[in-house]
Amino acid sequence: MDLNKLTVLETFEGLRDKKFSSEEITKSCLKQIESFNGQIKAFITINEDGAILQAKAVDKKIKNKSPLSPLAGIPVAVKDLFCTKDLRSTAASKILENYIPPYDATVVEKIRTGDGVIIGKANLDEFGMGNSGEKSGFFPTHNPWDLERVPGGSSSGSAAATASDMCIYALGTDTGGSIRQPASFCNVTGLKVSYGRVSRYGVMAMTSSLDTIGPITKNVADAAFVLQQIAGYDKKDSTTPAEKVDDYLKEIKKDVKGLKIGLPKEYFIEGLDEEVRNVVLAAAKKFEDMGAEVVDVSLPHTDLAVAVYYIICPSEVSSNMARYDGIRYGLSKRDGKDLLDIYLNTKSSGFGDEVKRRIMIGTYALSAGYYDAYYKKAMQVRTLVKQDFDKTFSDVDVILTPVSPALAWKMGENMSDPLKEYLADVFTIPASLAGICGLAIPAGLVGGLPVGVQLLGKRFDEKTILRAGYQYQLATDWHQQKPNIK
Amino acid sequence: MKLSKSEIEHIAKLARLNLSEDEAKLYSQQLSDILDYVEKLQAVDTSGVEETSQVTGLTNIMREDKIEESGISDELVASSFQNSNGYIKVPKIL
Repeated sequence: MDLNKLTVLETFEGLRDKKFSSEEITKSCLKQIESFNGQIKAFITINEDGAILQAKAVDKKIKNKSPLSPLAGIPVAVKDLFCTKDLRSTAASKILENYIPPYDATVVEKIRTGDGVIIGKANLDEFGMGNSGEKSGFFPTHNPWDLERVPGGSSSGSAAATASDMCIYALGTDTGGSIRQPASFCNVTGLKVSYGRVSRYGVMAMTSSLDTIGPITKNVADAAFVLQQIAGYDKKDSTTPAEKVDDYLKEIKKDVKGLKIGLPKEYFIEGLDEEVRNVVLAAAKKFEDMGAEVVDVSLPHTDLAVAVYYIICPSEVSSNMARYDGIRYGLSKRDGKDLLDIYLNTKSSGFGDEVKRRIMIGTYALSAGYYDAYYKKAMQVRTLVKQDFDKTFSDVDVILTPVSPALAWKMGENMSDPLKEYLADVFTIPASLAGICGLAIPAGLVGGLPVGVQLLGKRFDEKTILRAGYQYQLATDWHQQKPNIK
Repeated sequence: MKLSKSEIEHIAKLARLNLSEDEAKLYSQQLSDILDYVEKLQAVDTSGVEETSQVTGLTNIMREDKIEESGISDELVASSFQNSNGYIKVPKIL
């Protein structure tokens, strides 16, 4: 049996039943990485020694019958945007190429104190800015389903590693679709949590008013299980309310009879690939067969969301990237004549093209005289987008939509046209602006490429979208389809 | 809306970025395209609409004004390019 192909729950049980050791499963993942990371390039750093050491410690605990934490011994790929103590954390940026953090992000700390096995740091679009995985400052990640196509992004390595069984599960971040879209392109399950559900302490900030953290897994039950371990209040992140964390694994067992699912007409527009549309409609039909009620709904401000996002995101980026100034950490170019030269030379040589572009847009939008016309206006329209969802959710439990209007595209296709690439996030951005939760699950293959659907839920109602997704996966086997890598 | 070369240079200066001639030209075109696209927001009537800056419903999280040791201050300072005796060294400013 290939242990690296197991799910989180299978690993959890297998370790306790002593079917295999943590060292065996860890080595199985490392072997898969060794065989295929050369072509897929899912990892920036592979934590081989650290992972084996951690696995052995877990095996010792099992042998001694010591109590075991839920995520103990399970290999996880962590997006390289999370700070990991004593393990290089780069954000896929040259500006942090050699940065070794002296502390763990809260979520990483939870995994480490629970004896989780960090197998490596996954590639991404630099600082999370991008939706193709091509904008890593080091090298692009390739889609395991077709190496000439993008895996999606920005959690490109997390999705590609999970899809190609280089880990048992992964952690990503989602600001405008960065978990959901790569999950869809790579045929894995991706959960974007409600804003504030999971602590972001120690995760490098991109768009602070939108950034979220969530799992990328091989099925929905695993996502429910991992969320249970990482969700909740953190005194180090003041955007985490003390909202109750549900018993997700229990909640997902309830069937979907009577569940009301909305199909928003604004998501079935011109520009949506015909075959993607068919996949979403087939999923809607499946939910009906399972006893859910599917109704038409409307989210009238949908087509404004991308414009709102590309003001709010760059504005906050321009502020968040200011800290990389060559003084306190990271790259520092000292070849100039004064302090100003350190700033200029460090930023100019350390940041990639897309990061600079967003810093420029944001700096312009926030510069004297433009605040009202751009940032303030965007925050007002954001309210309208949010109200659309609030209104619709007073009538339905879940909203079903496509994740991406198109299939995974060929590498290089959108590189010279940033606006075209931005528009590819049209179906994931609105939920980010509203701060609600969203789940991407595999729902079909078109010409050998995966197509996911998106289930959106109310703020802090992860249990309902996880339940719908889990029940869908009981009735279908799309999530069990694997890429043929060799 | 077309951003001129001098506007691009001004923004770059505010953002502390050095742009090459080619970058300035490219960004002038790309930023203009993006700003044209977001222009569609101006047509939306937002009179009386509150701004949404975040959605947690939380405001002003206070804590007691009490010092807590991070335990890693030496390591944090050691992350800097130059440091000495627990301080980060920077070039002279004035």
